[in-house]
Amino acid sequence: MDLLVFILATAMVIAGAVGVILRSNPVHAAMSLVLTLFGIAVHFVALGAHFLAAVQVIVYAGAIVVLFLFVIMLLGVDKSEDLSIEPFPIQRPLAVVVGVGVSGLLIAAIARAKDTIIEGVPLDASGDQNIQALARNLFSDHVFAFEFTSILLIVAVAGTVLLTRKEKKDSQS
Amino acid sequence: MITMIATVLAADPMLDTDKWWWKVLAIVAAKVLAIFVIGLVATMLMVWFERKIVSGMQNRIGPNKAGPFGLLQTLADGTKLFFKEDLLPEKADKWVFRLAPFLAFVPAFLLWSVIPLGGDFSNGHDGTVTWFGETTRIQLIDPPIGILLVLALSSIGVYGIMLAGWASGSKYPLLGSVRASAQMISYEAALGLSLGAVLLMSGTLSTSGIVIGQNSLGNWNIVATGFIPFAIFLIAMTAELNRPPFDLVEAEQELVGGFNTEYSSIRFALFFLAEFMNVITMSGIMVTLFLGGPQPLELGGVNIFGWAGPLGGTLWVLLKTLAFLYAYVWFRATLPRLRYDQLMDFGWKLLIPVALGWFLVLAALQMTRDKYDGLGPVMVTAAIGVVVLLLAYLLFTAALTVSRRNREREGAAY
Repeated sequence: MDLLVFILATAMVIAGAVGVILRSNPVHAAMSLVLTLFGIAVHFVALGAHFLAAVQVIVYAGAIVVLFLFVIMLLGVDKSEDLSIEPFPIQRPLAVVVGVGVSGLLIAAIARAKDTIIEGVPLDASGDQNIQALARNLFSDHVFAFEFTSILLIVAVAGTVLLTRKEKKDSQS
Repeated sequence: MITMIATVLAADPMLDTDKWWWKVLAIVAAKVLAIFVIGLVATMLMVWFERKIVSGMQNRIGPNKAGPFGLLQTLADGTKLFFKEDLLPEKADKWVFRLAPFLAFVPAFLLWSVIPLGGDFSNGHDGTVTWFGETTRIQLIDPPIGILLVLALSSIGVYGIMLAGWASGSKYPLLGSVRASAQMISYEAALGLSLGAVLLMSGTLSTSGIVIGQNSLGNWNIVATGFIPFAIFLIAMTAELNRPPFDLVEAEQELVGGFNTEYSSIRFALFFLAEFMNVITMSGIMVTLFLGGPQPLELGGVNIFGWAGPLGGTLWVLLKTLAFLYAYVWFRATLPRLRYDQLMDFGWKLLIPVALGWFLVLAALQMTRDKYDGLGPVMVTAAIGVVVLLLAYLLFTAALTVSRRNREREGAAY
């Protein structure tokens, strides 16, 4: 049963990921991304991390991909682009290099993982304890990282507002 | 096998048993079937209820031909929709066009599974009932993340509307769906923040846990959280459901019919069904969160559904949910639709700041109550909270004034 869930969820994740790359229509690609995120949520549930699964769906599927779709619809980029035109000439070779590099890193990490990861002792955290353990960890051990992340997000928001306002002034003068 | 399903679903305490798995399976199947039937019939009755009440408020008679009091009108309409031609617009994205109604419909149905629909919570009982020797709850599943599941499903519901508008390949549905998604994302923030106040009080995410915590009128979250989260939740939920006065998604005068303009036949029926079912399930969620779900309201120790025994909880849920359903119909019949900028201003500049401020004050009060005894420290915390809120309000208005002045100096943006 566990194996079946694992296989199904992994199939969802991989099918979604392949879809994101291969679909030429941005909206279809975004839908494939949702499939991937759902697959990961299923994995979380199977591992007993219910809270993470819920957050995965609420934040990623419910907010971020919706915003992707929102931008796609608002800007009207939902048409397949002409692939022969290259806006930045160096982009494609660079993408190949980065892609190979990241996959190399991932493969290395997976190969090493067998030695470094200790045989996991599952956290005795059912129900609400799951969330309490997570919150305690986040607000004690990792409180600085947590707060810096929120500052980063605020900076990003403020920067976006600033950039859009400047653009408007230029167009008027 | 059943234990493994239980670990996957983490659904119900009764599923942890190894013996009698067929009996457990039968109970779960019966529950699923019951919820499916209740969902469909309740939706059918809700459409009738809404039409009848609205017509009453407008001095009309309303549906009265099909069945007694026109009760079967929805059934007739549904049958008609089944046999209508199913149109597929030429410019539609066929795959997404076919998928969208189900993305709206399935989450609406799944929401039923976490609502406590009954059970005996009076006199400190924990709401479990015993059927054929198995202890279970009158709700399909009771996952530890219960209420987050509601948020997750309602955010999936956005996809249905959004993709329906986009896939139609036509102007007005697209505008409608862009509006819908902007509105739903905006109000989801206020919704989550007022939900936070409830979770602060109950200290658990499971829906049955939230109900157990509200064991007297003073502990009902509508009282315990100080009414404001409830008001915000009700407003934000109305917006989330795209109900009047927040139904800009299908503003007929501006958008023809909104996101579902190009839909017809059974696909349209699915959207229609999902919309009305969401009204019922969300009312049920509100009853669970703020009004104690199946908890009886005992005024002077009298439980008016005390005679019903174990069914009393169900009757209470029904009564409380009906109050909300009536309120929704009432909103629709009386309140005029907001303008789009009013809608966004209301959500972002009023609801979210108020919800956030109230949440902080509640958190501070809860903290004080846990740490110190007596009324004194609580009063001091409340006073500090009020002062901080006042300062925040002044800063906020100052910021709004400055931005408005800047806007006026720059001239019109468009």
